[in-house]
Amino acid sequence: MAKRKIRVMVAKPGLDGHDRGARVLARCFRDAGFEVIYTGCHQTPAMIAASAIQEDVDLVGLSCLSGAHRYLFPQVVSLLKEKGADDITVIGGGIIPQQDFQKLYDAGIKAIFVPGTTLDTIVNWVNSNVKPVERK
Amino acid sequence: MERGKKIKAGDIRTASRLIRDIEDSIPEAKATIKHIFPYTGKAQVVGITGSPGAGKSTIVDGLIETSRKKEQTVGVLAVDPTSPFTGGATLGDRIRMQRHSEDIGVFIRSLATRGSLGGLSKAVGDAIHVMDAMGKDIIFVETVGTGQQEVEIIHYAHTVIVVLVPGMGDEIQAIKAGIMEIADIFVINKADRDGAQKLQRELMTMIEMSHIPPGGWKPPVLTIRNSFKPEEFEHDLQILSAKVHEHYDFLISSDLIGDRQKRKRLHELNEAIRFSILEPVMEMLIRTGELDSMVEKLVKKESDPASLAEEIARKYLQGCF
Ligand code: B12
Ligand SMILES: Nc1nc2c(ncn2[C@@H]2O[C@H](COP(=O)(O)OP(=O)(O)OP(=O)(O)O)[C@@H](O)[C@H]2O)c(=O)[nH]1
Ligand SMILES: [Mg+2]
Repeated sequence: MAKRKIRVMVAKPGLDGHDRGARVLARCFRDAGFEVIYTGCHQTPAMIAASAIQEDVDLVGLSCLSGAHRYLFPQVVSLLKEKGADDITVIGGGIIPQQDFQKLYDAGIKAIFVPGTTLDTIVNWVNSNVKPVERK
Repeated sequence: MERGKKIKAGDIRTASRLIRDIEDSIPEAKATIKHIFPYTGKAQVVGITGSPGAGKSTIVDGLIETSRKKEQTVGVLAVDPTSPFTGGATLGDRIRMQRHSEDIGVFIRSLATRGSLGGLSKAVGDAIHVMDAMGKDIIFVETVGTGQQEVEIIHYAHTVIVVLVPGMGDEIQAIKAGIMEIADIFVINKADRDGAQKLQRELMTMIEMSHIPPGGWKPPVLTIRNSFKPEEFEHDLQILSAKVHEHYDFLISSDLIGDRQKRKRLHELNEAIRFSILEPVMEMLIRTGELDSMVEKLVKKESDPASLAEEIARKYLQGCF
């Protein structure tokens, strides 16, 4: 029997066009042995939630550098919940001020990574917090 | 069977998970596939292949649009390569199709090749069955960017579209051998570029010179202009879509659909035999250490591969030989 693989989606909600971080992350997840679906910029939370379900991912990584994370990140979580897919882990990163962290955690974002975080830190977090298929 | 019922009802979560279980070779998945198999065979399966970056995903996106306008439900299986070094994969086809992501009549699922060499994933056949049993009217299968050898798509599709772009050098030379022979429809994409007409002429000449039996299908050579000009793109895509349906109708009216169906089923049977016979035997040989000692024997020239294979057959497939 083949080994289960971690499937992740990297998405950029909203109008933010800073996609370098998301691309770097997509590549780093691939190099970590994950299957990565990259959906590009200008995604609405509804598009992200629908895609995550179609792709059966274990993890959705949201990247936002424009400041709109306060509204967009929680929306993705609640849409997944609405569709009975709240077993999918959602994390985020980008330009996110410290004072917003708690609000995002409360909304169900499991982890937040800001500029300067090493890619190893992120991959290690995923490996110890996300189990393929047997989620939670 | 609960899972099979949900698939037939079109449940996307269940379907996507089942496809994943197939990718991961989870034994229970096979049972569900057996269960849904009688409900398959209704969907039209269209393969899209061509070199990397030729515009396959962009064309699939356009075909989704035209199919939806005809109120057809759509499944898409988009295959991208697995890195042989890390086992990971970046699945990026979907990015071109995101405008359809919220449409409940469209189910897009990305697959990684996971070491398959034919331009597809070994899960693709069963994944097609899943979408078929869900009731999708038309299923598009996008292969990885292909060279000449990756022609496996013919085992799965009713209609194969080969996408070419002008200005890639010795096009005709490069494609003559493999993927050239599998095309039911040629598409010259990015036809606003220099060399598109020349490529089209060359292709048409080549088709004229090939041996098409009387009453056979002559692959048309279509052009698609700039996908960044929506009116032109949509216009060209409508023509492509019409050809796809014409080809399907042709298969039915000429009774060739039976041949394609047989070709598909034969391939499936091959795969199933490999799965049920060859793989367990290989596993056994590995587990017992026999494989290693056989390789050792070969290295020392104490035996030859054919004799060893006969020995394995006698031992593990009693009654057959
Ligand atoms: C490069 C850059 C640009 C480039 C973008 C190129 C591109 N295609 O990405 C260009 C020049 C186009 C640009 C434009 C603009 N920019 Co700019 N840009 C930057 C800059 C200098 C670096 C961003 C970057 O690429 N970093 C490298 C990547 C690898 O890092 P990263 O994305 O932060 O990702 C890391 C972490 O954050 C984390 N991470 C990020 N996302 C995720 C997601 C997940 C799931 C996880 C786990 C981790 C994670 O992991 C990564 C590794 O550590 C930043 C300043 C800065 N130092 O961050 C400003 C910055 C982001 N830009 C800014 C602004 C204002 C703009 C403009 C609006 C400017 C203007 N007035 O026109 C435009 C808007 C563009 C648009 N369409 O959205 C502001 C944003 C302010 C804010 N949010 O309050 C910043 C912070 C500059 C500043 N100090 O004012 N920008
Ligand atoms: N100039 C031009 N560019 C196009 C056209 N169609 C697609 N492209 C661009 O070509 C690039 C590749 O397009 P895709 O549709 O992703 O190609 P693909 O064949 O699916 O690529 P792979 O799946 O990676 O092999 C993208 O940057 C598109 O924007 C076109 O008609 N004209
Ligand atoms: Mg593609």
